Amino acid sequence: MTVDQISVFVENKPGRLAEIVAILGDAGVDMRAMSIADTSDFGILRLIVDDPKRAQDLLRTSGCVVSVTQVLAVAIADKPGSLSAVLGVLADADISVEYAYAFITRKKDDAYVIFRVEDNERSFEVLKKHGVKTAGAKELYDL
Amino acid sequence: MNYYQPEMECASQETLRGLQSKRLVKTVKRVYENVGYYRKLMDEKGVEPGDIKSLDDLPKLPFLTKDNLKDAYPYGLLAVPLADTVRIQSTSGTTGKRVVAFYTQDDIDIWDECCARAIVAAGGGKDDVVHVSYGYGLFTGGPGLNGGSHKVGSLTLPMSSGNTDRQIQFMCDLGSTILCCTPSYAAFLAETIIEQGLKGKLKLKAGIFGAEAWSEEMRRDIEERMGIKAYDIYGLTEITGPGVSFECDEQTGMHINEDHFLAEIIDPSTGEVLPEGSKGELVFTCITKEAFPLVRYRTRDICVLSRNRCSCGRTLVKMSRLMGRTDDMLIIRGVNVFPSQIETVLMNCGMTPNYQIIVDRVHHADTFEVRVEMTPEMFSDTVRDVSAREAELVSSMRAMLGISPKVTLVAPRTIARSEGKAVRVIDKRKI
Repeated sequence: MTVDQISVFVENKPGRLAEIVAILGDAGVDMRAMSIADTSDFGILRLIVDDPKRAQDLLRTSGCVVSVTQVLAVAIADKPGSLSAVLGVLADADISVEYAYAFITRKKDDAYVIFRVEDNERSFEVLKKHGVKTAGAKELYDL
Repeated sequence: MNYYQPEMECASQETLRGLQSKRLVKTVKRVYENVGYYRKLMDEKGVEPGDIKSLDDLPKLPFLTKDNLKDAYPYGLLAVPLADTVRIQSTSGTTGKRVVAFYTQDDIDIWDECCARAIVAAGGGKDDVVHVSYGYGLFTGGPGLNGGSHKVGSLTLPMSSGNTDRQIQFMCDLGSTILCCTPSYAAFLAETIIEQGLKGKLKLKAGIFGAEAWSEEMRRDIEERMGIKAYDIYGLTEITGPGVSFECDEQTGMHINEDHFLAEIIDPSTGEVLPEGSKGELVFTCITKEAFPLVRYRTRDICVLSRNRCSCGRTLVKMSRLMGRTDDMLIIRGVNVFPSQIETVLMNCGMTPNYQIIVDRVHHADTFEVRVEMTPEMFSDTVRDVSAREAELVSSMRAMLGISPKVTLVAPRTIARSEGKAVRVIDKRKI
């Protein structure tokens, strides 16, 4: 139902993001999607990767502060209006979205949107009821 | 309850005061006769040895400051012929004023006994393995605890500071039971031991930590992480070194070895002696030292004295944990700030006490930044949560200090961990 997202604390310092990303790249961890939230003095790097367990271990061993969050991955048609429809379904059910980011892949026609919501289970049910496809962990990691 | 010298540690107030008066009178007479520098100071104040008849006359004597020690450097305050001295110890001289203190063999024996009292109070005995990770050499930490451990008859490991891997290996292999070092090094060792997964191999039961200011929260943190009981110890080279005062099981302050060192609390701005229980600058008078008996030496350490009955049975006066120093107090935007206050806030908020205060002056106004290392407990995937915790830190600091710092979250282990005394303040102001 949900997907593991890895969040990493990024100190606001030139080169810090490059260092963190290199830790994963050097170890051959493949990124599916990423997003960065930033404030004036720090950033939060959020990642979907092909091997979340290994990515966490690598980052922690390198001294990064890491957290793992369960997020929803929704598959939508890669055409105008699809995201709006999904957001409408959530809004109608009074579900607020903490943050979201999207990515497309070469292998499928669908686009994927990652949603961070308060109640994953309820959101999942609501989306399912309205015929929205959610992607499981395996589907995403194997992309 | 164990004591090293119960007849002194648990003496009645009457016995103690009688002894103190006798020793004070003798010391004042001796320094007046043997040390030109003292004679001059006393003459300037219009005090003669004959005016000092008992403990009550102590406030009549002039104070001695670090500037006096600098003036009299190196031999100006030596109270015995060179032939009677056997050793010196010295301060690091980081403030540009190096202090050299002299010892006769008797002075060293008394110093060792003071440290032995501290080790016994921490549960040490002949069967213990005392691991001394204070620096050896000119610094008093290593030699002091080393001597104390010998007096007790414990097996002494003269590790000195640094080489953390070797420290931990000896601790595991030889079964160290009592660790003596600075609290910041103890915290560093605890972190490393846990990282290496070696906590289960330790036989440590107690730690005797001193030579820098630390907080109650830091104590609990070290105790929990190492599985030990942590005892505070206090001292300064000028007076003798560690063992001027030490903590007992009650952990509510350090008993001053006042059969050797008289303690007073004064108002640092007026020099007036304050009543028991007042917060002020600690002043010591050595009443048994032969070579370097400082009289009314202003330590610049801020604390409170208490004669409340202690459950350990010792009657020696207790000094509180240090509340700061008259000279490491920062004045930021007109407000007095002690680094230990920042540490307290961090520990209260569940953070590690790894911080750095950066003060600067931009356009004639003070800037005040506290850099804090991010921890897994404080981190979240949402900016809202992290910012809320950051705001909580700022408001707790404002509540404690009266002014708001800018809090900057930095990556773990980016604030330098020192193996000796931690540098917590960077003051870039050029005034």
